[in-house]
Amino acid sequence: MAEDNILEVKNLQKHFNLSGERVLKAVDGLNFSIKRGETFGLVGESGCGKSTTGRTIIRLYEATGGQVLFNGEDIHKMSGDKKKKFHRDMQMVFQDPYASLNPRMTVGKIIAEGMDIHGLYSGKQKKERVSQLLRDVGLSEEHAGRFPHEFSGGQRQRIGIARALAIEPQFIIADEPISALDVSVQAQVVNLFKKLQKDRGLTYLFIAHDLAMVKHISDRIGVMYLGKLVEVATSDKLNAKPLHPYTQSLLSAIPIPDPDLQKQRKRVILQGEIPSPLNPPSGCPFRTRCPHAMPECAATMPPFKEVEPGHFAACHLL
Amino acid sequence: MAKPILEVKDLRVSFKMYAGEVQAVRGVSFSLHKGEVLAIVGESGCGKSVTAQTIMRLVPTPPSYIKEGSSILFDGKHEITKMSESQMEHVRGNEMGMIFQDPMTSLNPTMTVGAQISEGIRKHEKVKKAEAMRRAAELLTLVGMSNADERIHQYPHELSGGMRQRVMIALSLACNPKLLIADEPTTALDVTIQAQIIDLLRDIQKKTDTSIILITHDLGVVAEMAHNVVVMYAGKVVERGTLNDIFYNPRHPYTWGLLRSVPRLDSDKNNELDSIPGTPPDLYAPPVGCAFAARCPYAMQVCKEIDPEHFEVSAEHSSACWLLHPDAPKVEMPIEAGRRANG
Repeated sequence: MAEDNILEVKNLQKHFNLSGERVLKAVDGLNFSIKRGETFGLVGESGCGKSTTGRTIIRLYEATGGQVLFNGEDIHKMSGDKKKKFHRDMQMVFQDPYASLNPRMTVGKIIAEGMDIHGLYSGKQKKERVSQLLRDVGLSEEHAGRFPHEFSGGQRQRIGIARALAIEPQFIIADEPISALDVSVQAQVVNLFKKLQKDRGLTYLFIAHDLAMVKHISDRIGVMYLGKLVEVATSDKLNAKPLHPYTQSLLSAIPIPDPDLQKQRKRVILQGEIPSPLNPPSGCPFRTRCPHAMPECAATMPPFKEVEPGHFAACHLL
Repeated sequence: MAKPILEVKDLRVSFKMYAGEVQAVRGVSFSLHKGEVLAIVGESGCGKSVTAQTIMRLVPTPPSYIKEGSSILFDGKHEITKMSESQMEHVRGNEMGMIFQDPMTSLNPTMTVGAQISEGIRKHEKVKKAEAMRRAAELLTLVGMSNADERIHQYPHELSGGMRQRVMIALSLACNPKLLIADEPTTALDVTIQAQIIDLLRDIQKKTDTSIILITHDLGVVAEMAHNVVVMYAGKVVERGTLNDIFYNPRHPYTWGLLRSVPRLDSDKNNELDSIPGTPPDLYAPPVGCAFAARCPYAMQVCKEIDPEHFEVSAEHSSACWLLHPDAPKVEMPIEAGRRANG
C-alpha cells in the first residue's frame, strides 16, 4: 500500500506564534496520502489552511509537528544534497501570475533559473530546452526574450508552469493556479495541466476553492475546514454522496450555470461565518454552523475515520 | 408595455491614454424595466464594468469620454450623459445605488458603519441624526445582520468580508433607489458566504421591487438571479435574451464558448474542457469585422470584414453573428452549450 504513495502526510501541524502568546493553528493534524500519478485536490474556504498545507509540504514553512514523507523520506529532516534533490522533485505553481514572476527577468531566464541552480543543462542545450518547454505549455520560442509584463494572465500562468517543469519534477503543488484567470482561460490552463500530467506522469496537489473545477481535475479530493480535514474521497464519490455536512453545504452552495436545475435543487445555506482560527470552537470545528450539531459535537472532536473503503470523514453522525 | 426605467442606446466610452485611445465600450444598447434583474456577463476587459460605472457617471473625465450619440435615459426623464456633476450627485445614492466588488476598499475605514449609512441618508433627506441612525440600524437588520444596534457602532475592520458586503448593500439601499447596480457583488467572497449574499439580494429585490443590473463573469450567479442576460465581448453586446434563451438556446459562438468552458458538477472529467483559444483583441485598435472572429471556430470571410448587426431570434432574443444571416451555412450548436440538464 505504502509503496505507490508518493506523498504521505502524517498528523501535520503548522502553528504560527502571534504577539501576546496567541497561537494560530493554521493546520492542525492532517493525515492523507497521494498516490503516484494522481491528482489530489484540496478545497476549502479562505482561512481554512489549504495554502499553508501546500507551503508546509514543499517546506516553504517548517512544520510544527507531524511528518511529510516524500518517497518514504521525511522532508523536514532532509539536508544538503538530499534537500536539493527534493527541491528538484517537487515544484510549485503559484496563484498570482502577476506577482510570482520576476518583472526584471526575461521569460527565458525565469524558466532557465532552476536549471542553472541544479546544473542541469548549459549553453545551446539549455536554450533548446527552454524553447521546448515554451512549446509544451502552448507558447512559442520567440517569447523567451520577452518580459512578463508583455503577457496576459493566462500566458503568465503558462510561464509559471514551464518554470516548474524545467527541472523535471515528479510532483507539482498548484496553489489556486486558475483563480486569477478568466473562465475561458481557466479551461485552457486546466486542460494544459491534464495534458502535461498524461505526457509526463506527474503527480499534482491541486489547491483551490472552486469545487467544480477541482472536481473536474482531481482523482481524489480532501475538504478542509479550520485547519482540519473533514472529508477525503474520490471526486466522484464526494460529489455523488458527500458524508460530512460541511461538504454537503459546500456542494449545494456552488451556483450551477443551469437555471432549471438551479430552481429544482434544494439548497443548504449555511448560517454565519467561519470562526476565527485563533479561537476555534471546542470539539468539532464545524459545529457552530452545522445544521445537525448535537451536544456531543461540542465535547469531542469526531475521529477521522474510514466510513467506506477510501472514503474518510470526521463527523459524529457517521 | 411600461416604459423602461433605464434605456441605454449606442453607448460608446473611450479612454484617452498616452499610447492612444482605448475603446472600452463600443456601442452598447439595452433597456431595463421596473423589477427586472438584468445580468451583464463577459470576461475581464469586455467593458461591462465601464458600462455600469458610466451609468452612474463614476468614470472620471478625463481620461474617459462618452462619445457623441450615446444616450442613457434614466426613469424616462434624466439624460445621464448630459448631466452635470451636481445633478448627478442628486441621482447617485438617491435614485441609483451601487454595490462594489470589493467591500474591503469601498467602505470608509475611519467611520463607523452607522455613520456611513446615516451620512448617505442625511445627504438626500432632511432628517435628524438620531433618526438617520435608527434607519441605519433598520437597514442592517434588513440585510440580515443581528444586533444591529451594536453593529452600527463598529468599524469596517471589525467585520468579516461577508458582513462588509452586507453593509455595502445596506448603504446602497439607504434611499430606496429605483436602480441598483451590483458590480461583481460576490466575487471576493467564499462560496458559502456568496450563497448567503445572493439569497439576500434576491430577497431584497422581491421585497422592494428594485431593478438590478448585475455585473458578473460567473454564469452560475447569473442562473440564480437574473431574468434577462446581456453577453458582452470586446466592448460590444454580442447576444441578449432571457435567461432561458441564453442558457438553453444560445446563438452566438462566444456564448457557446463561455457556457462550455465552465465545468459542471456532473460533467465527465475524462473529457477536456472546451476552452476558447486565444485572448480577447486589443481595444486600442479593435478589429474591423467581428471582434470575436479571430477566436471563433466558425469564422467566415465576411466576419473578418464587416461587423455583424444584431439578428433577431425572437422579440427578446438577438445575437450579433453572421451565422444567423439567412445566407449563412447552417451550424449545429454544440450540444453541451444548450443542454438542459434533465433532458
